[in-house]
Amino acid sequence: MADEKKFAGYICTGCGIGERLDAGQLETIATRDGKMQSCRQHEMLCSKEGVQTIRDDIANEGVTHIMIAACSRRAKVEAFNFTEVAMSRANLREGVIWVRPDTDENRETTQEMADDYIRMACAEVKFMTQPTGSGEQELNKQILVVGGGITGMTAALETAAAGYPVHIVEKSGVLGGHAGGYYKSIPTRSPYAEPQDTGISQMIADVEANDSITVHLNSTLARTEGAPGRFNAEIATESGSSETLSFGAIIQATGFKLYDPSALPQYAYDKSADVVTNEELEGLVMQADGGPIKRPSDGKAVESVAFVQNVGQNSTEENELPYHSGIGDMIAIKQAMYFKELNGNCDTTILFDNLRTPGAAGEDFYRAGQQKMITFSKGAVTEVVPGSTLEVKFKDLILNDDATMQCDLVVLDVGMMPNTGPDPYAQLAVEEAEDEAEKEKARALLENAPPSILNLEYRQGTDLPHLKYGFTDSHFICFPYETRRTGIYAAGPTRRPMDMRQAADDAAGAAMKAIQAAENAGKGRAAHPRSGDLSFPSFRKEGCTQCKRCTVECPFGAINEDEKRYPIFNEARCRRCGTCMGACPVRVISFENYSVDTVGQQIKNVEVPEEWDEKPRILVLACENDAYPALDQSAMNGVEITQWARVVPVRCLGSISLSWITDSLNNGYDGIVLMGCQKGEDYQCHFVKGSEMGLERMSKVGDTLQTLNLEPERVASYEVAITDIQRAPKLINDMAETVQNIGMSPFKF
Amino acid sequence: MTELNTAMIEQYRNSFLQEVEANVEEGEWVKMCMQCGVCAGSCPLGNAWEHPPQEIFMMIRAGKREAVLSSDSMWMCTSCYNCISRCPRGLPITHIMHGLAHYAQRLGLVPKNQPTQRFAQMFWQNLNKKGRVNELKLGLSLYFMNGFGEGVKTSLKMKDIGLGMLKTKRMAVTEAFGGHGVKDLSGFQKIMKKAHELEDARIQKSGN
Repeated sequence: MADEKKFAGYICTGCGIGERLDAGQLETIATRDGKMQSCRQHEMLCSKEGVQTIRDDIANEGVTHIMIAACSRRAKVEAFNFTEVAMSRANLREGVIWVRPDTDENRETTQEMADDYIRMACAEVKFMTQPTGSGEQELNKQILVVGGGITGMTAALETAAAGYPVHIVEKSGVLGGHAGGYYKSIPTRSPYAEPQDTGISQMIADVEANDSITVHLNSTLARTEGAPGRFNAEIATESGSSETLSFGAIIQATGFKLYDPSALPQYAYDKSADVVTNEELEGLVMQADGGPIKRPSDGKAVESVAFVQNVGQNSTEENELPYHSGIGDMIAIKQAMYFKELNGNCDTTILFDNLRTPGAAGEDFYRAGQQKMITFSKGAVTEVVPGSTLEVKFKDLILNDDATMQCDLVVLDVGMMPNTGPDPYAQLAVEEAEDEAEKEKARALLENAPPSILNLEYRQGTDLPHLKYGFTDSHFICFPYETRRTGIYAAGPTRRPMDMRQAADDAAGAAMKAIQAAENAGKGRAAHPRSGDLSFPSFRKEGCTQCKRCTVECPFGAINEDEKRYPIFNEARCRRCGTCMGACPVRVISFENYSVDTVGQQIKNVEVPEEWDEKPRILVLACENDAYPALDQSAMNGVEITQWARVVPVRCLGSISLSWITDSLNNGYDGIVLMGCQKGEDYQCHFVKGSEMGLERMSKVGDTLQTLNLEPERVASYEVAITDIQRAPKLINDMAETVQNIGMSPFKF
Repeated sequence: MTELNTAMIEQYRNSFLQEVEANVEEGEWVKMCMQCGVCAGSCPLGNAWEHPPQEIFMMIRAGKREAVLSSDSMWMCTSCYNCISRCPRGLPITHIMHGLAHYAQRLGLVPKNQPTQRFAQMFWQNLNKKGRVNELKLGLSLYFMNGFGEGVKTSLKMKDIGLGMLKTKRMAVTEAFGGHGVKDLSGFQKIMKKAHELEDARIQKSGN
């Protein structure tokens, strides 16, 4: 193809486009205004013959850039899939004919709309290049698993089974994690009536026997740098030696810690040896070695036991857990069954508040427990009185009276807490706190941050970001297992409280994602939501002012800094959202197929009529993930959109360059509507922070308007959901009304 | 009967639940209640119960023996079967209520002058005499249950219905004098005697 560019336009006249619009005029616009060197019409471009026409031109005519004027860029993507050329799409179907009424008086404005979309698509493709790799791609099939518990081992076995070599780094001296010390597990098979073997020893044996799995015991990660496909991890052993290995992707399966009930004196955990946590009970059962379970204080075989549920969980109190682990009641039923099995006619009482036995399996297990004469009492324990027999005081919540019971052993259901590293954004949270109380809270979190696990050499911190309560941020909307650090996947209870079966399932999923990340990195392809995108951000070094905004604002921590504080883009870590591009005040960051120019030129090439023509122009910048599909959907439903609107899809609200706003206002646009995803705690942004960042930047656009002496109503930004098929068009039409009320822009010429 | 009560207390000192399982009809279901309260919400006489069924089950598990057995609640059951058909755990709640009532009766713990209990006793005696229920006698003894004056008053109030029933041959005055029985009355009495023997033997065995 050499360096010569050859532009070709294709106009589809199918789906009613030909009947509603003057295709001849569109062709003229494409060649005259859009400077397409050739332009063809086809009555059904997405058909085999239509696509073949394009293919032939690429093969025989040396076409390098194509402009397709047909349906929305979200439609017919399989048909219009030309990987070897740069391509833009003019949306004549969903964007024009389906949103405008088919009447004579509208014919002129509808045609103008279509003309503009042709001009825009031609301008866009002129500034695009077909993405090629950065040269940074590396295929490394080796996967690193951090943590050797049930999650880590399952992840390793699944990865190895798929043919990828694995290294497990385990801090302790043995594999198995918490579950290694358990007598039995909650049943996972029908009839869900008896505790079952944990399967841990078999799993350890399988891991040790697997040639593709290397286990590093007594080891931690001293340093991890790089990106998917080229992670370099320094594995340090307790003895002081270390080795650096490279990996394609990382699975963090660092599990959980248990809440320490010492903080709650009413349960006498510190005062009596016979008050134990549910995990400590597993130890007692293992010690009993098949004989009756004995209480720790004097070795007497336990004749009655009380399980106190929900200890320090689901609480609003300081120093207690604000969430519930959700599996403590299943554990209590399992452990009560231990006593029925090993201690003869032992009285077992479970003092619960809200018994959580989810699913059909949970219900069956609960019934099995009742059948075995485990007593379930809805009661809130107020005090455990230590003594030769323990006295448990509780309020019976069904009979509404105060009750006591005597027992030999009390088992406390304590919650699971994540074993994660420090939150990379803890410092930022302190800085961004809005009031003193919030700041104090954030500061406490920062000061009590746990030691790092991954020790990432990332500009934005050493570990995976947290979501809530210290659990890692993962499982983004519609994208299971994804985290905010591409190629590093969290699995198991480090993500949320879960039982062994869930942890194993979670591990299998994370293993698949890790393999996918490694493979993607080898091909230079993006992860979700721009899966397969080969473009990557690059910057013009001469123009960079080292302001660091891109390195700070990247939602995925993809950008590092070199010693001179220039950004280092890590292609494989990048999700291609363009938040860096939107952040850059000097506009030096661009993608091959998406840049300040590809959108800027679309804006410039819309024909803005003179003021007295009474034809306003409204620019709509719509997020391609939710807002743009919503508009497509409303077009399918025949919802009208004003004939003055010109919609440009953007990768994310975060990628919007302020220059687009100022340029369009200077060019005489009358109104601008920005549509991004919901931000905040329940964010819907596919790039987590992109829309938040974008909306934040746009909130400052008022100054620009003021310097131009324009009304602030001319720019409006909204959070739009994919389901807003009535609301999204209305927001655009509202702007048309606003423009009608405040008058046309004075900047037309 | 109080002797039996003492024996039972002695035997099941620790677990009233086990006592119920062994001695109350369908008592082995009590442990399966999950305290959802659908039975209490379904009972058309719910307001009349001091302890609705699910609470009774909880009290049994909490060992509140006296409170349960001397309760008035299970005597309120009219056998409408709403709770049975609705219980998500499939507990035969109606049967358990009757079982508990019967057990309380056997132990002599029923509250004094419990009207349902008295009517049940009347019904039983009426039935035992001839092997079939003499409706006229049963009705009359129900009218006169609370004294002669009230009996006369109720009879007068029901006079029209009674005359109507006579006219349509739904009631025969002759039944008031003796009344007819089952074909083989002595056979019936033998059956009942044997049943009593078996029941007594079972209680005796359970009580020791």
